[in-house]
Amino acid sequence: MAKKKEESPKGWVPVLHRPPKEVVAFAAERLGEKPLAELTGLSTEALTGMMKRMMLIREFDSRCVTLYRAGYFRGVTHPYIGEEAIAVGAMWNLTEEDYITSTHRGHGHVLAKGGDPNRCMAELMAKATGYNKGRGATLHLADMSKGILGANGIVGGGMAIAVGSALASRMLRNGKITVCFFGDGALNEGILHEVSNMAAIWKLPVIFMCENNIYSMSGTVDAMVALKDGDFLARPNAFGIPGIVCDGMNVIDVFLAAKEAVERARRGEGPTYIIAHAYRAMGHHVGDPLDYRDKREAELWMERDPIIVYAGILKNEGLAKDEDVESWKAEAKATIDEAVAFGESSPVPDPATVMEDIFG
Amino acid sequence: MSGQENSGNAPAEPKPRMLTYAQALNEALREEMDRDSRVMVMGEDVAHWGGGGVFAVTKDLFNIFGPERVRDTPISEAGFAGIGVGAALTGLRPVVEFMWVDFSLQAMDQICNQAAKMRWMLGGGADVPIVYRAQQGAGRGNGPHHSQSMEAWFAHMPGLKVVLPSSPYDAKGLLKTAIRDNNPVVFLEHKLLYQVQGEVPETDYTIPLGQANVLREGKHVTCVAVSIMNKKALEAADILAAEGIELEVIDPRSLVPYDRETVAASVRKTGRLLVTHEAHERCSYGCEIIQCVMEDAFDYLDMPPVRVCGKNVPLAVAAELEFASIPMTDDIVAAARALARGVDLTITV
Repeated sequence: MAKKKEESPKGWVPVLHRPPKEVVAFAAERLGEKPLAELTGLSTEALTGMMKRMMLIREFDSRCVTLYRAGYFRGVTHPYIGEEAIAVGAMWNLTEEDYITSTHRGHGHVLAKGGDPNRCMAELMAKATGYNKGRGATLHLADMSKGILGANGIVGGGMAIAVGSALASRMLRNGKITVCFFGDGALNEGILHEVSNMAAIWKLPVIFMCENNIYSMSGTVDAMVALKDGDFLARPNAFGIPGIVCDGMNVIDVFLAAKEAVERARRGEGPTYIIAHAYRAMGHHVGDPLDYRDKREAELWMERDPIIVYAGILKNEGLAKDEDVESWKAEAKATIDEAVAFGESSPVPDPATVMEDIFG
Repeated sequence: MSGQENSGNAPAEPKPRMLTYAQALNEALREEMDRDSRVMVMGEDVAHWGGGGVFAVTKDLFNIFGPERVRDTPISEAGFAGIGVGAALTGLRPVVEFMWVDFSLQAMDQICNQAAKMRWMLGGGADVPIVYRAQQGAGRGNGPHHSQSMEAWFAHMPGLKVVLPSSPYDAKGLLKTAIRDNNPVVFLEHKLLYQVQGEVPETDYTIPLGQANVLREGKHVTCVAVSIMNKKALEAADILAAEGIELEVIDPRSLVPYDRETVAASVRKTGRLLVTHEAHERCSYGCEIIQCVMEDAFDYLDMPPVRVCGKNVPLAVAAELEFASIPMTDDIVAAARALARGVDLTITV
């Protein structure tokens, strides 16, 4: 007789992770009552631009889920849904010349930095017109011309590269800074220890942007990350690197945290560490069974969906109306429709090119 | 000028300028740093120890080029190997030193996953002009974590060039080429070669990668010798010559790219192949050299090819054990003799 299938292993119940009240409260306090323009120093266009970009990323990754399930992608794919505010809030402080290194979950970073949705989508479809000519897809999206030094298939793989580009910027005196994105899972990669130390002793213009989405595949921060008194900043602080906590589901809070860090870096005062608390709304990748977490959790967190939160802020300020948000959504959909069409109509890579570009 | 040289005889030939292997490397670094301000050196103890580097390869560079371009790093091999990749992607041309090649194992992700694959992964959209320098090899009793030869590890990985100079002349010319290359190059020096002297021109010369060097011609046995094994192969050639056996000694100089045609041409002449390197025999570059000959010159082989390589064992400190694990001159002599059985030596003696 077949055993009855259990929802989770016997005797083990997943912890229900709730949005950290203190972070949300702290963000609310930081945002205060000031008008957004005054608070951020951004134009209306830039403020609404953040909303549009978040919506574009959401639309892109939502479509990726559908396409993946329909068999359009090979390998796996890692949606950034729920974390859009982190990429966009950070990126709105950067110029096109500044650098970023991205992660396993990199679609959002690439699009936020100005990556071309067509080439991203073509890459995920492993087409010749994609950013990597169909060689890398979800884990390797990169655009050197826009300072995107690559997503990375190795957790923590971008960290040393980020500190390296910061070193080059310092030595070449070109004023560029680097934002190194990484997740809570990468907090336990040894390379972070090594490059945090070097970034600190050499005072390099790099920002360590930790996206705490709670999960490293099925591992959770409470089970996997040792922290003194639960304080994420105790780690960077041990290197003398100042840290900032922010609400990773509130784009303005992320923007302000990143602004402070970017200004420090541009002044030559060295690295800053930001911990942005958010939630991985979907699985690690699209095929994740998600049998290791509480089913209520995503619902609970997505009450604070960064797009809904920011839509509320914009409407409150009179910077957007419902119909604006609707039309931006339609715009994002049209852009992604076009990207999908571009990807679908693009040629597959010619097998004769497989040995090209190993050396140049 | 001495009085003797002014005595009216024909002017003396200018004395060749002799440098050690370490000095030749140092000169290459100095010239390339002079030539291109993007070239920088980083690694453990490269700036101050003994005036620059534990083996004096980076001697005086700090005084000439300053702390930014001659950068002592913390003991963080993975960290600085990867920082080199980021710097290479964004405008510098780093020369990253592993004090001992054994330590590069700490940095394999950075070298093999990041540096090596970057250009291909980005569809050719990125240059990664980085040189990883390291010294390797046995013979000083440095033990299991300080005596290995690791060329096969790197040669296995697509996207890395692998260079092993065996003379001061090659050291300078090959390092300059490596630094000017837009791809990651793993440049493996041998610790016992640093004090070896040789003629090194003052001129700005480079040696192309993928060009083997026939160090001694001979018609009976082809001996492909990697790095320091060239010295032992040449000693063996002298001993064998007294018996009438002519050893042709070939230094591939780089393993990626590898000059298989020079080796094949030699085997077509000799019909016999001996490969020697210090690295462990199993899955070694020697296997690759032999396979290339099987493909290129199988019909010319009169005997099965032979490996005279490091044993498949870690390297010990005790001299008796260390020298029992690596190939020595006598091993090459014995192997070449066995290979040469059946050669009609009367023709040549």
